[in-house]
Amino acid sequence: MSDGKRRFLDNPRNVRGIIRALYGACFLLVAADFVVHRHIKHPFEALFGFHALYGLVACVILVLLARELRKLVMRREDHYDD
Amino acid sequence: MTSVAPFLVFLAGAAIVALSPSRLRPIILVATPVVGAVNLWFLDPAVIPDAAVMDIVLVLHHGDRLSHLFGWLFHLAALIAAIYSLHTNDRLQQVAALAYAGCAQGAVFAGDLVTLFLFWEGLALTSAALILARRAPGSVRTTLRYLAVQVTSGLLLLAGVTVLHVDGAGTGLSVMELDGTAAWLIFLALGIKCGFPLLHGWIIDAYPEATETGTVLMSAFTTKVGIYVLARLFPGTEELIWIGAVMTMFPIFYAVIENDLRRVLSYSLINQLGFMVVGIGVGTEMAINGAVSHAFSHVLYKSLLFMSMGAVLYRTGRMGGSELGGLHRTMPATTGLCIVGAASISAFPLFSGFVSKAMIMTAVIEEGHDWVWLALLFASAGVFHHAGIKIPFFAFFAHDSGLRPKEAPPSMLVAMAVAAAACILIGVWPGPLYSMLPYAVHYEPYSWSHVIAQCQLLFFSALAFTLLKLYRLYPPELPGVNIDVDWCYRWLLPRLARQALWLAGEAAVPLRAASLALVAGATDVGRRWGGPSGILARDPVTGTASLVVLFVFALVLVLHLVHGL
Repeated sequence: MSDGKRRFLDNPRNVRGIIRALYGACFLLVAADFVVHRHIKHPFEALFGFHALYGLVACVILVLLARELRKLVMRREDHYDD
Repeated sequence: MTSVAPFLVFLAGAAIVALSPSRLRPIILVATPVVGAVNLWFLDPAVIPDAAVMDIVLVLHHGDRLSHLFGWLFHLAALIAAIYSLHTNDRLQQVAALAYAGCAQGAVFAGDLVTLFLFWEGLALTSAALILARRAPGSVRTTLRYLAVQVTSGLLLLAGVTVLHVDGAGTGLSVMELDGTAAWLIFLALGIKCGFPLLHGWIIDAYPEATETGTVLMSAFTTKVGIYVLARLFPGTEELIWIGAVMTMFPIFYAVIENDLRRVLSYSLINQLGFMVVGIGVGTEMAINGAVSHAFSHVLYKSLLFMSMGAVLYRTGRMGGSELGGLHRTMPATTGLCIVGAASISAFPLFSGFVSKAMIMTAVIEEGHDWVWLALLFASAGVFHHAGIKIPFFAFFAHDSGLRPKEAPPSMLVAMAVAAAACILIGVWPGPLYSMLPYAVHYEPYSWSHVIAQCQLLFFSALAFTLLKLYRLYPPELPGVNIDVDWCYRWLLPRLARQALWLAGEAAVPLRAASLALVAGATDVGRRWGGPSGILARDPVTGTASLVVLFVFALVLVLHLVHGL
């Protein structure tokens, strides 16, 4: 556990590898929509890649709105100290 | 075999720990939930007598499937927390932990509302001690704020129960319609405990301020007792669907910008309670099964996440995302266990959240609540984003904070490993959990369709996080506080009170002048009569006294003579 030891994630190449693996997984999951027969419980689910698109859009909206929320509600750390 | 009410085992354990020498305390702490579990296994409800207060019968033990599920869950949670707490030997925390676990048992096995109320208040008092035990600057004030909210919840419950009793409606734990004063009072009391929107302030105010173990216990018991009672009294109450949907949505926005990682988890706690509240509101057999099984999974993965953050706090003394990062180098086991918790709360296939949350989602869509379903799906992506990715990422990865803390103590690692094993076991083999649910389960979580849909949602959420981070759109971790409803009583109310006192002071100025004038007048009269030249102050002359005495004698004599005639 020495401090100087280089870990797997200290190498930027490995980090890039992980991100590429994520892109690959995302591609395969959308591709799976062609293969797997989907049980549709909601009309939206019939759309190609609905869950993928929804997850992506939801998170982008979440973060962009949260940035606006921060402008509204963020105060200094000692806000409640008298 | 003799058996006692489950809460008695824990209260006895708390009493013994209170009186034991420090060497024995850890042993009793861990042994109590084990003894409790044996007692619960062999429990014969017939031997537990009811108690009575005046004409009210207290049903101390009423065990059905729902009670037993929560009873077992709380035994497991108490055991995990007891092991986790072995790094310290703090009597206050140990006694409070066992008494708190005892009150949780008492509440879920209570057979009537009055008994429930007693344990409700017990939960408030014992858990408050776990915030106090942090012994940090501000701990006393946080404890008092927490207690004020909890006692308010207790008073609302008591008021509701009193109205029921006076109306002669009985104080049994039966399903209620949301009409009439009593039902609304009890609903509000539950609303505080379950963290309904605008009543949730105490969760994000107090949970991040308790001790490492305290937060783990609190995340397991208080709100889940609320969920249990809600499932018992208000299943199928339509309002709960909307309340729950709001609960799943708003905390995720706060969680994204919150810096204190245990506060992030507190927000995600409210988000997860929201899923359960929606399930209870839908009220079908599948929905109730979903809500209850999600409570079970939730206690385990939320404990695990709070434990991993507690370990970080214990080793580094810090909890801000802006101060942490890179800890996977020296805390690899804690990192791995935290990721198991993160995968479970995010409902990854093969982890506990997947097999429980899916039942709620399915019930919601089957009952035709399309918009709520979309909201819950949004919240599912959001929970992965802030609890699944943000917590492990900012604590253990992200930038290198330069901190090189030691790995968590062995006791903490064992406790986290037990919780992690339970999370995976439930995810891989949901059968045993399903068999404990209140209704028969007709649901198969593992179909290719479901697994791929869920993976798409989660992987593309991860993709969004990665892209936002790469393009520097992700809000950085910054020290600071985000104002929420607790601002009302932490900032606004004290200032209003100070303003009111100042106004009262201003209004008192003429009053004070009037009273001063009155006093001056009274002094003046006193001086005139009793002053140096006043009548009362004159030195009486002996001659005057003699004259008076002579006059009285003469009067008596004359009267006597007249009478004698």
